[in-house]
Amino acid sequence: MARPRPEPVQVVKQRRDAALGALVHGVPYIRFLGIEFDRRGDELTAVMPFEDKLIGNPLLPALHGGATAAFLEVTAIIGLSWSMLWDDIETGTLDPDDLSQGKLPRLPKTIDFTVDYLRSGLPRDAYARAQVTRSGRRYASVHVEAWQDNRARPFAQASGHFLMPSRDG
Amino acid sequence: MQRAGIRAHKGRDTNRKGRDTRMSVDKTRIAEQFITAIPHSRALGMELTGIGEGTAEIVMDYDERFIGDPDTGVIHGGAVSALMDTCCGAAAMSHPKNPGATATIDLRIDYMRPATPGQRIRAQAECYHITRSVAFVRARAMDDDADRPVATATGTFTVEAT
Repeated sequence: MARPRPEPVQVVKQRRDAALGALVHGVPYIRFLGIEFDRRGDELTAVMPFEDKLIGNPLLPALHGGATAAFLEVTAIIGLSWSMLWDDIETGTLDPDDLSQGKLPRLPKTIDFTVDYLRSGLPRDAYARAQVTRSGRRYASVHVEAWQDNRARPFAQASGHFLMPSRDG
Repeated sequence: MQRAGIRAHKGRDTNRKGRDTRMSVDKTRIAEQFITAIPHSRALGMELTGIGEGTAEIVMDYDERFIGDPDTGVIHGGAVSALMDTCCGAAAMSHPKNPGATATIDLRIDYMRPATPGQRIRAQAECYHITRSVAFVRARAMDDDADRPVATATGTFTVEAT
């Protein structure tokens, strides 16, 4: 029995990147903070390039706790949405063209979000990854870690609960 | 998270609940300086409208750049977090027993309902307990319907020796 020929790699990459781009660039506040996402397969790394407007303490200088919190929350929501939509992106059920025209599926809503500030955020680019600890039909728990120069020395971590959109429309 | 030690002058017109919330000329100037000294708070258009002995009130106007849900125009939770963090930090710093600067140790936000698009958000924070090393702060955020808070927050902040 012959296996169906796998899709060309460019087609797969283009579809995934189009879906991710639509998800991220469709949200004004993510654009305001300048956050982008690196993708390797299904693994996402959020990147927040340093800008002066992210500073909370100009004397040190250090990132604003609010900018750090927003970065972690954006990483959590996009990470959770990505894992929720992955199968539909892979099967083509979700059309990336629809997404890029602003027809976004309903996204998870934050119920609560707790941020631990482990050390002061330096005036450098910041990175973060989300881990969906539990994803049920109605609720999900997500943990996020953010670091700068050194992956083993996170400067902030967060965990939050999210309300999943109802899937029956 | 970290904030410079711009102290509110300990005047007698403090805005503890039920008391006079108007700011003196002196305090108004300090309040303006407090926000302009923090680039991120300035970028979000925050305005400090009240400061007392361990209390603070900050407002943030609706802005399309802060939208989190393009379908409804609701502000992103992250922008509300930034408002809450700034307001809680201001309350911690304004407490008479806090000698200087402060930094956030942790902050939890509960989102009760989406903020109504087009309305400004007002945060009120209160430092309800302070030790030599930690300030305990709680806050709530409201839109035009003040009876139904948009979000509440609880956090701990460092008390730094000067």
